[in-house]
Amino acid sequence: MATIASGSHEQDLYRDVTERVCKITERPKPPRAWYIAIVFSSSLTVMLFGLIGYLIVKGVGVWGNNAPVFWAWPIVNFVFWVGIGHAGTLISAILFLFRQDWRTSINRFAEAMTIFAVMCAGIFPGIHIGRVWFVYWLAPYPSQHLAMWPNFRSPLLWDVFAVSTYASVSAMFWYMGMIPDLATLRDRATTKTRQFLYGLGALGWTGSAREWSRYEKAYMLLAALATPLVLSVHTIVSFDFAVSQLPGWHTTIFPPYFVAGAVFSGFAMVITLMVPARRFFGLKDLVTIKHLENMTKIILATGTMVGFAYGIEFFIAWYSGVRYEQFAFINRAFGPYAWAYWIMVSCNVISPQLFWFKKFRTTPWLMVVVCIFVNIGMWFERFVITVTSLSRDFLPSSWGYFKPTAVDVLMFIGSFGMFFTLFLLFCRYLPIVAMSEVKAVMDDGHDHH
Amino acid sequence: MSDETKKEIRVVGVLAQFSGKQTLVKAASEVRSKGFKDVEAYSPFPIHGIDGALGIRPTILPWLVLIAGLGGGVLAMAGQWWTNTVDYPYIISGKPMFSLPANIPVTFEVMILSAASVAFTGMLALNRLPRFGQPLLRNNRFLRVTDDGFFLLVSDDEVAEEKIRQALEEAGATDIEVVTESVEESKIPVPLVYGAVILACFALIPPLMIASARGTTSQKPRLHTWFDMDFQPKLKTQTPSNLFADGRAMRPRIKGTVRRGGLVKDTDTGYTSIPAVGTPGGDSVQEWKVEFPMEVTDSMMDRGRQRFNIQCAVCHGKAGYGNGLATIRALELQQGTWIQPTSLHADHVRQQPVGQIFNSITNGVRKMPAYKDQITPEDRWAIVLYVKALQLSQNATLEDVPADMRETLKASE
Repeated sequence: MATIASGSHEQDLYRDVTERVCKITERPKPPRAWYIAIVFSSSLTVMLFGLIGYLIVKGVGVWGNNAPVFWAWPIVNFVFWVGIGHAGTLISAILFLFRQDWRTSINRFAEAMTIFAVMCAGIFPGIHIGRVWFVYWLAPYPSQHLAMWPNFRSPLLWDVFAVSTYASVSAMFWYMGMIPDLATLRDRATTKTRQFLYGLGALGWTGSAREWSRYEKAYMLLAALATPLVLSVHTIVSFDFAVSQLPGWHTTIFPPYFVAGAVFSGFAMVITLMVPARRFFGLKDLVTIKHLENMTKIILATGTMVGFAYGIEFFIAWYSGVRYEQFAFINRAFGPYAWAYWIMVSCNVISPQLFWFKKFRTTPWLMVVVCIFVNIGMWFERFVITVTSLSRDFLPSSWGYFKPTAVDVLMFIGSFGMFFTLFLLFCRYLPIVAMSEVKAVMDDGHDHH
Repeated sequence: MSDETKKEIRVVGVLAQFSGKQTLVKAASEVRSKGFKDVEAYSPFPIHGIDGALGIRPTILPWLVLIAGLGGGVLAMAGQWWTNTVDYPYIISGKPMFSLPANIPVTFEVMILSAASVAFTGMLALNRLPRFGQPLLRNNRFLRVTDDGFFLLVSDDEVAEEKIRQALEEAGATDIEVVTESVEESKIPVPLVYGAVILACFALIPPLMIASARGTTSQKPRLHTWFDMDFQPKLKTQTPSNLFADGRAMRPRIKGTVRRGGLVKDTDTGYTSIPAVGTPGGDSVQEWKVEFPMEVTDSMMDRGRQRFNIQCAVCHGKAGYGNGLATIRALELQQGTWIQPTSLHADHVRQQPVGQIFNSITNGVRKMPAYKDQITPEDRWAIVLYVKALQLSQNATLEDVPADMRETLKASE
């Protein structure tokens, strides 16, 4: 449709970026691996929604949650997925404010991951409430029927506000960043359908200087707002635990420790997804080893912080002199869930230490292996925190041992299916690299000659 | 071409292409310096320095965001305070109704959400987006703007096209063309307008139905969307049942049963023997007991106070003025069914002999129910004793206090 490319060397560079990114969605057929992956992941998604329907019909009892462990896999999965999301916002907002230009080639990808992870996270508390058809009772709205208001002093309500704000702001940030790139796809469209759909998404963007001026200001403001927001979200998630009085939960270290853990797991997930994506979609020149290496350094730093937090928890338990607190931690490491605790420690504390070695930081498949361990470890971290504390509280007569049901396990697997389905659709139909941002920070061939 | 098919053409402006961002910035300031006013630059990404070259003033967006953030924060804080302390006060785990720390998380989140929403929608609104049917986007060359194209559009109406062309050429444009649009094209198609109007009319139907349903009465029971546990196969009080011969779901007490602790050992003490009470103004007015039927002790007084505070104070108030919590609440509700208890310090109550007060507790008076099934006779007498003490306490002079206690009372004042 557009005229044949003719122009300066500078224009060729920009055109190259456009071509590389757009051809992923413009090629008539995606790679075979994409088809295999989407068939697999979408059937898991169907399974997830089938199980959700089953849960709604039968009740929450289809899960293994029972006295004394009323918060089990659903909350573990929720915290796991919300945590994964944090890397996206960190890359798009915090690294933006710190002028880390290398972020431009991975931010769109990571932001998409944030949104899909938060969607997966939202499912679990959403269906945990029992009568899911009254989910709107969580919202503070004037109602003659209820004639009451939510309790704003409860951490669970803070969590509703934090996660829904996080989902909304992330979605706005992601979509706004994508408007100029959707316009690129619209202007390159070869069929009416593509032109119409991408045109709808691009909202009539022309790229005028006045549009850009306001757009950049809005982008900067959103980044500045998302930065404290992302720190607050996992802080408030940790309040769900820390504000209660259960030994092992009631600690002030939780907010920073949860945020570090979230960033840790999020970056691990970005690498897990990025390495195959850049290979299959030919993005090795845009997402280079340097990008991956930077991320492994962040994983190393946050992983070490998490390890430090584990140590401090034990120290404080001893130093506090509170017997219940001491018992909670000894029970974690040597009690009936010792197996989970040591999986957590070896995955979260030991495995990221491999990133001290340059070989691990620069070899994609080695990174993926380490990152998968990190993700396993971070799931177990939430499991250890939630289940060990609940299963053995103050009264030995009420102690128990939690066993998940098949529904628990399959729902968690199903949530991965949903996550990957959304991700594969994103890779196929949307601009997975922020083209306009990459172009804006590119060496234009003039400045340094 | 006939006159009907001839389209009216409007000139959008003169469009010039440039080879890169530096040349675009340079060209923009050159063209503007030649006095052209309506100049706009288009590029695939934001270019720093172009705002100055085009004379773009800073946007007011940050102020809008600031206002939205502050407004959202104030609203959230005020909303939490109003809902949890004024409209629906509810004590939870002994927490204060309102305290700053507990209300900060929600305030913070609402602040961020409203500020971010305004940053996003404000950016779109100030940029007049969404705007479909933008004439420039019908120009094939211009479509490169989202890829690698850098353009200047000069739309000064008064200036001759040739002059603009010349200025752009001098600024180093690689291509120049005039962009036009037909007026027809710029209008919204008529079928679309009709369609939208019809849709809007249809959209009014549900709210109108709801409004009419709210304004009328109906004999039918309300729609039950969610059954929950509202209908259970069980027999409720006061319902019929054909399971029993008498056709009632509720079962009467079997004759001769005495509930636990319900056996009245009347003859043992004689405390409970209240002579038959005459109706006020009737013939058989009874003489009330004027003395306690047992020895009055300190422990009896303590017992009386404890029982009074449990059994009586909720309505009568701890001091007996008829202002207990239940009374206060009932009067607030203004349902008209509640009768405030008479103050125990009213003259006619103070003059009642102990036997009459005992009778009031035992058999009830006015709306007050009988307490004979709930309070043992011994405790009832203890309460009477305490009530007497209360009455004395509210109408006492220093002379009523034993001589040896007066000094300590004065000292404690």
